[in-house]
Amino acid sequence: MLLKSAITTRRVFLRSNLGMGAVFMAGRASGSDSILGPQGTAPGGKSRVVVARDEKLRVGNSSPSQDGILKILDRALQTFFDRDQPIEAWKQLVRPGEVVGLKVNCLAGRGISTNRQLVEGICERLQQVGVRSIVIWDRLNADLESVGFKIIEGNAGIRCFGNDFAGYEQELAVYGSVGSLLSTTLTRICDAVINLPVLKDHGITGITGALKNMFGAIHNPNKYHLNVGDPYVADVNMLPAVRQKIRLSICDATTAQYEGGPSFMPQWTWPYNGLIVARDPVAMDYTCWQIIERKRAEKGLEPLSRVKRAPVYLSTAADSRHQLGTCDPNKIQLVET
Amino acid sequence: MKFHDPQAMKLERPCFDLGDVDRRIFLKSMSLPCLAVACGAAWRAAPAEASPAAESDAQYVVEARFYEKLPFKKIKCKLCPRECVIDDHERGYCGVRENRGGTYYSLVYSRVVSMNVDPIEKKPLFHFLPGSNAFSIATAGCNVNCKMCQNWQISQVRPEQIKATYMPPEQVAKQAALHACPVIAYTYSEPVVFSEFMIDAAAAGRAAGLRSVVVTGGFVQTEALKKICSTVDAIKVDLKGYSQKFYKEVVNGELKPVLDAIVNIRKLGVWTEIVCLVVPTLNDSEEEFKGLAQWVKTELGPDVPLHFSLFHPEYLLTNLPPTPISTSSAPRPLQMPKGSTTSTLGMYRAILRKVPTAPNATRYWSGAADSSLWRSGLRKASVPTAKSRFQASGAEKFCDRHLLNLGPDVQTKVRCVCQD
Repeated sequence: MLLKSAITTRRVFLRSNLGMGAVFMAGRASGSDSILGPQGTAPGGKSRVVVARDEKLRVGNSSPSQDGILKILDRALQTFFDRDQPIEAWKQLVRPGEVVGLKVNCLAGRGISTNRQLVEGICERLQQVGVRSIVIWDRLNADLESVGFKIIEGNAGIRCFGNDFAGYEQELAVYGSVGSLLSTTLTRICDAVINLPVLKDHGITGITGALKNMFGAIHNPNKYHLNVGDPYVADVNMLPAVRQKIRLSICDATTAQYEGGPSFMPQWTWPYNGLIVARDPVAMDYTCWQIIERKRAEKGLEPLSRVKRAPVYLSTAADSRHQLGTCDPNKIQLVET
Repeated sequence: MKFHDPQAMKLERPCFDLGDVDRRIFLKSMSLPCLAVACGAAWRAAPAEASPAAESDAQYVVEARFYEKLPFKKIKCKLCPRECVIDDHERGYCGVRENRGGTYYSLVYSRVVSMNVDPIEKKPLFHFLPGSNAFSIATAGCNVNCKMCQNWQISQVRPEQIKATYMPPEQVAKQAALHACPVIAYTYSEPVVFSEFMIDAAAAGRAAGLRSVVVTGGFVQTEALKKICSTVDAIKVDLKGYSQKFYKEVVNGELKPVLDAIVNIRKLGVWTEIVCLVVPTLNDSEEEFKGLAQWVKTELGPDVPLHFSLFHPEYLLTNLPPTPISTSSAPRPLQMPKGSTTSTLGMYRAILRKVPTAPNATRYWSGAADSSLWRSGLRKASVPTAKSRFQASGAEKFCDRHLLNLGPDVQTKVRCVCQD
């Protein structure tokens, strides 16, 4: 029901937010924006989603520059946490001494995966706030290497490896429709995780965003693509280790793809030149979905609902049983900067 | 070899029992040390462990045989009724077949994760070379996801998540012969998902004078099934239940394609036995049993053995109790009226498996024409004489599929129920 109302108000949502320039919210963030806060809540109990963009992020078809991405990242985090300095924003997120995981998405190779430059920028900021142990991880070493990450093992510092190196738990984690072995990187190595999905279309689940990216933390994602991923995507995110350890999602939308995903299809990508930041993964994914829908409409493609790929699992993730966030645009505070 | 990993052994679950005598023989005869350490249980790798990073997967990868190419490097799998449409770099529901640049590959060719010497009755096949041993192998993967799966550690994982040994088809045949197994069994996980390997191994086995049997959920497309049937000799189908609701909610599959497949297996002349795992409250209604028995009788014939095995809490169904154990729990429509040679629905062979009536005993009750057939354990079978079975069945001809192996020197032909 919630999803239906969300769909009917989509146009209003887009017009009033994405298309109309920055809506910077003044004022300090509430106390809930602390490390232990449940969501990135804005005044009025809304979920805050920050979309930070820079049209000059790259020249032509070149890769985004390191400096350019760091600037957007800082702007996005400062806006999200409402802080004047980047370091102060990051202090809201992690504590010195914590082991922080960066869950990237590298399935589609260099064309449309989490940018190395973004990851490097995050590592730089984490180190500045006293985090000494960072783990960049995804499902497979090969996927990470395909994007240009170097596999680094060891016990401290900046490490990078796939679940195929770290392994999985031996006991099933079960919630609802899902029973999976979780990556030990998530369960044993990391104290906190920053989720770094990409903004792209998905041929089965409609989009891949923050929620879907956690399929990379389980051993059997192939079992959970039925029925447009509903309720599986929501259920995976209910697994305690997933739900409790993810502190923030930063969607790499420097390059986005509106059709043909999850594989890289250059003919359907466009330079969005942005980052999307949220604590509420449902609100983030709803925002991602609307961005993709707007691009599809611009390109004359049918809405995802017409091609039976609307991400209905967002509604499930937002329902009273899951309460992972909201996909009601009236409860999302979209901040564009 | 990496099989000696002590951690792998610690994780192993001895769920496949062999009798003491057989275990000794088994261990003594094993030429592969890796099999010996399995201590009488099926050798199974540790699913939770990662494969060594340096291991090359290339030797296990062959182009899949049942798929079609689609635009934009997509493919459609034609192996099972699910017909997964798979993007580049993605895998199908089974997790063992991958699209690489628009070409579909099996990742489990010769990638054996479990092997054992089993009595053929353990499959269970009660009427195909009874008393013989089957060299039993599996790869990772399955095209359904049964909540009560007893072997989920190998069936519900991806190939790279479990240790394997490279065993090409010819080697499978060699190992079977080496261990005096007249039969190769493709079992434990879902052989349909390793069809390419199974078909080639069965062909290699046939060339070496060995039979092949398949233990499958039967969720397979007709063309693939025909190929499989052309190289194997018997198929035992796990018919998980007799309602679409059960298939959808518990199996994550569909009933009708499975029923169609069973009918096709019979039509193709491959010896068929059926097993239904009785899950309390989920597929044990009298109506369902009745429907199932009626369907078997009508569509397949009353002589197709229908086994009922007992559920125990496992995988995602740990909240249910084991199936009640008593001979009286035999599905009522299948029970034999006194003095009758068939059950009330006309089934000759309705078999309730694993009914212990004494400590450490596993008995097999056959509510069938040969109801004198009580088996205590798999290897201590109280095998009826060929004569009594032949007379009881009223068969008119013999078939060498039903050689009754009564010992190294004695083989007696018994009732033939196949169409040869």
